[in-house]
Amino acid sequence: MTTTLTAKETLFEVTNVKKYYPIKGGLLRTTKGQVKAVDGVSLQIYPKETLGVVGESGCGKSTLGRVILGLEPLTDGQLVFKGQDITHYRASQLKPLRKEMQMIFQDPFASLDPRQRIGPAIEEALIIHTNLSASERKKRVSDLLVEVGLKKEHYYRFPHEFSGGQRQRVGIARALTLNPSFIVCDEAVSALDVSVQAQVINLLKRLQKDYELTYLFISHDLGVVKHISDRVLVMYLGSMCELGSVEEIFSNPLHPYTQALLSSIPRPEIRKDRERIKLQGEIPSPANPPSGCRFHTRCPLAQEICARKVPEYREVKPGHHVACHFA
Amino acid sequence: MSLDAAGQEIVKEMENQLNRNYFLKGIKVLFKQPLALVGFAIILIQIILAVGANWLTAYDPTAQDLSHVNLPIGSEHHWLGTDNYGRDMWSRLIYGARISLIIGFTSVSLGTIAGTILGLLAGYFRVLDGIIMRISDLMFAFPGILLALLIVAILGSSLVNVVIAISIWSVPSCARIVRGNVLTVKKQEYITAMRSLGAGHLRIIFKHILPNSLAPIIVFGAMHMATAILSTSSLSYLGLGADPATPEWGAMISNGQQYMWQAPHLVIIPGIAIALVVFAFNVVGDALRDVLDPNMNIDQL
Repeated sequence: MTTTLTAKETLFEVTNVKKYYPIKGGLLRTTKGQVKAVDGVSLQIYPKETLGVVGESGCGKSTLGRVILGLEPLTDGQLVFKGQDITHYRASQLKPLRKEMQMIFQDPFASLDPRQRIGPAIEEALIIHTNLSASERKKRVSDLLVEVGLKKEHYYRFPHEFSGGQRQRVGIARALTLNPSFIVCDEAVSALDVSVQAQVINLLKRLQKDYELTYLFISHDLGVVKHISDRVLVMYLGSMCELGSVEEIFSNPLHPYTQALLSSIPRPEIRKDRERIKLQGEIPSPANPPSGCRFHTRCPLAQEICARKVPEYREVKPGHHVACHFA
Repeated sequence: MSLDAAGQEIVKEMENQLNRNYFLKGIKVLFKQPLALVGFAIILIQIILAVGANWLTAYDPTAQDLSHVNLPIGSEHHWLGTDNYGRDMWSRLIYGARISLIIGFTSVSLGTIAGTILGLLAGYFRVLDGIIMRISDLMFAFPGILLALLIVAILGSSLVNVVIAISIWSVPSCARIVRGNVLTVKKQEYITAMRSLGAGHLRIIFKHILPNSLAPIIVFGAMHMATAILSTSSLSYLGLGADPATPEWGAMISNGQQYMWQAPHLVIIPGIAIALVVFAFNVVGDALRDVLDPNMNIDQL
């Protein structure tokens, strides 16, 4: 199962992925429309990198993570993981691949079964996927607990006995149990206090180095994304705005939406030349997205062409892609 | 040291840390409610009487003694008196406790197990939801006792058929409670987490959804015990359950009501027994609901 990958080989190839949710209504529950949660996202995820995904609430970043892991069937597009086309895999076919792809969830209070002690919760992945004996499994779980900064005495504790940060460590241990190569972190630190966030991020970084992990790091917190990511994808209303290395995106943002997002980061220094770009209006409904460029209704640079023509998603510099007519 | 030996050592060490006090703490909480304590005491007494019926009385509950008919409470040798056939009321009462407990327990268990399985299936698989819930709607259209009457009328009157009738009757309400709970639990993120680990449907249903739906099932069971005991007595009173010779409380009331003015204890004793037991199971069900609330941290009480 383990294929060795060279430096620039892609681990995960996502091509034009779409996820529409039907809106049902009326007398016969007919489909009246579609919520376009993710509408045409293509990206390559390289081994051992961290790809940050940012965007405001409702832009489809979590849905993207779930679709990639096969937790939600996709409407259209193609997913290729380690050279295997997993787009139309059924649950039974996905099962062996589950070992390789894991997820860390946003809310550490909701992602652990309140009636299950945390040791057995982590152990369950081993029961599903391996033939280890009970004591071998317990040994592995206690090693994992230590690895993520908990104690092996915590094995028989219930989730409600832990703090948010500790629970998130349990979630991380659970995701690591099967030695995955790819982990989707869906707002993994958003629910935590800032001081605990830093600890968990450092833990994630250390684990990435030790276990050669690849992260898809979904967050709305630009500071966190800047700190952890190698490359950053900016999403708006289900579509891609800009993708580039973290240095490029943060020092030379080309898409007006990225520029607006970056200008909203609070900074300690007082500088006169810094001007905050305030976006007007609300994010439009993904059930009825604007024509042309999706951002044109709120874009400070919008011209007539933006409402008419969907901007091409193009590579302006090596590795720096943007979808804007004026970039 | 092999991995296994090392593993076993860790197991031992960790098990020492295992906090075994949850059960005891739950019981303590239960006992802080005086009404629940009374309920438990009544149920305990009923269980003792039911189990020890053979040793707690010298008389066969069906043996007639026509020379000592309708003796009042406090008579010599028969401290609760005798009925119109001279049968000892005390032995009939405690053998009746056994019957109502057995019938209540079997019918509630059967009904709850079937209802839980159907509820889990209906809540988890959307395809089955429509079918199972429409059938249970159909059964809800009949008043419960009427449904039981119907079933007994079809199958013939006997205690076994009463058990069947009450079980069938409790299936739809149990299924509905479980289904509602499954719908809530199913949407929780820890279920998605299990799916992302590759857990199968059966593992998710029985290892994660069922334990998280157990509280309402237990409460339903305790409450339904009361209903089942009451229904058994009602059916027997109407002549559709136990035959008149059987020491069943409902049948005893039915039998005694013609002598209500000469020997009121024939009606009053089984009447009080039914009322107390029904009260006890209801109160205990209420207390269990408080204790089993998953949002409650037992340590804080």
